[in-house]
Amino acid sequence: MTDQPIWSWDATWEVLPKLLHGFFTATLVVTVVSTIIAAILGLIIAIIRRSAPKPIAAAFTLIVNFIRMTPIVMQLLFAYAAFTSVSGLTIGIIIFGIHYSTYMAEVYRAGIEAVPPGQWEACTALSMSRARTWVGVVIPQALRATVPALGNYAISMFKDTPFLVSISVVEMVQAGLAYGGSHFRYTEAITLAGLIFLAASYPTSLLVNRLEKRLAYTT
Amino acid sequence: MGKYFEALGEALPFMLDGLLLTVELTIGGALLAFVIAVVLGMGARQKNIWVRGLCRTVIEFFRGTSLVVQLFFVFYVVPQLFDIKLPSLWVGIIGLGLNYGAYGAEVVRGSINSVPSGQWEATTALSMGAWQRFTRVIFPQAWALMIPSLTNLLIQLLKGTAIVYVILMHDLTYETDKLRTDTSTYFAYAVGLLVYFAVAYLFTLVMNALEVRAKHNLGRGESLREALSFKAPTKETAGASTGGGMG
Repeated sequence: MTDQPIWSWDATWEVLPKLLHGFFTATLVVTVVSTIIAAILGLIIAIIRRSAPKPIAAAFTLIVNFIRMTPIVMQLLFAYAAFTSVSGLTIGIIIFGIHYSTYMAEVYRAGIEAVPPGQWEACTALSMSRARTWVGVVIPQALRATVPALGNYAISMFKDTPFLVSISVVEMVQAGLAYGGSHFRYTEAITLAGLIFLAASYPTSLLVNRLEKRLAYTT
Repeated sequence: MGKYFEALGEALPFMLDGLLLTVELTIGGALLAFVIAVVLGMGARQKNIWVRGLCRTVIEFFRGTSLVVQLFFVFYVVPQLFDIKLPSLWVGIIGLGLNYGAYGAEVVRGSINSVPSGQWEATTALSMGAWQRFTRVIFPQAWALMIPSLTNLLIQLLKGTAIVYVILMHDLTYETDKLRTDTSTYFAYAVGLLVYFAVAYLFTLVMNALEVRAKHNLGRGESLREALSFKAPTKETAGASTGGGMG
């Protein structure tokens, strides 16, 4: 043990604003924007995989599986090295959006499959167009079942944002590491970062679980 | 292009070392995570409020904070607090094991809860002991239920190992990034991503084989041939919610 105290309150008050700054300028921005991208892109992927001609759908499935089964860290590093003119934050938002869209596509797929076949038949009987069937009948029903699962993915994306450390985006953890490196004290920065994650993600996941129960009862 | 493959040939021993480290981290992390998952998952089902409360707290703590934060905590803070220097491989395995163990605990708990209550009653009727009841009747059935979710977690864990290069470990990601200097960004990362994909695919096949075997042992399921397909053998889910989804 060094002569330093185990926990220094001075360091705590010094690093906390830096962490919060990183939290609001990067962590939260990436989580929110990437969730929106992933939610939209995931729905598009799910629809293409269901309604496109077989070879195209199969090619999509292969690409989606490839993105799902390779590390997001490496995808970040790759995009960061390949598109040098784009800022790290933008790269982060796009890669997180694409990576998570592949998970969300699976959630949508399950939701779409849960729509009773009778609904499709009814649309055919009413001679609705393909687009109208999707937008007016299938998607609204599928979304109801998928919203909670999408929420869970948003939370896990939130907890994955520190992967941005690999492309030097100053989100919360990178801010903490920078402070730790210059002061030779990591204890407060890293512990606080963990606690901020816990404080933000745990209540949200409780809310998502409640939402899940509510939607499940009424359908 | 020929030049690139030449460079790849030269880098191959390093790439293999990196791959070996990645696989070591994955298997070590997965084994630790499984032990933690079973202990916490069982603990979270106990009637005693203190045991259950403690296990729930630990599970929610590791699920609620981020994997990267936990890894940095073991890497930077633990040595500062306890004045010990852990070898990096241990840091990686402990960080990954704790995080995915907490997620796995929910899978284990949910799967054990999904074993029909008649099975518990039957063990009582046969006056089986607690250990025998668990190892011979309950766990084998829960095991078959939990494998699909554990497969997902294993792939997540494999992908999570890619971050260890920031704590100065020369894993597959690090070696891929080094290959970039002798070839091109596109070539190096194409190789790296394909290797990760192949490893993930291999792990999935092994887990699918385990699932088929587990079901076969229960008198369900047919042959191992289905294990060779890409998808999990059945659509049956573990009935276990992984809650926060993927770490």
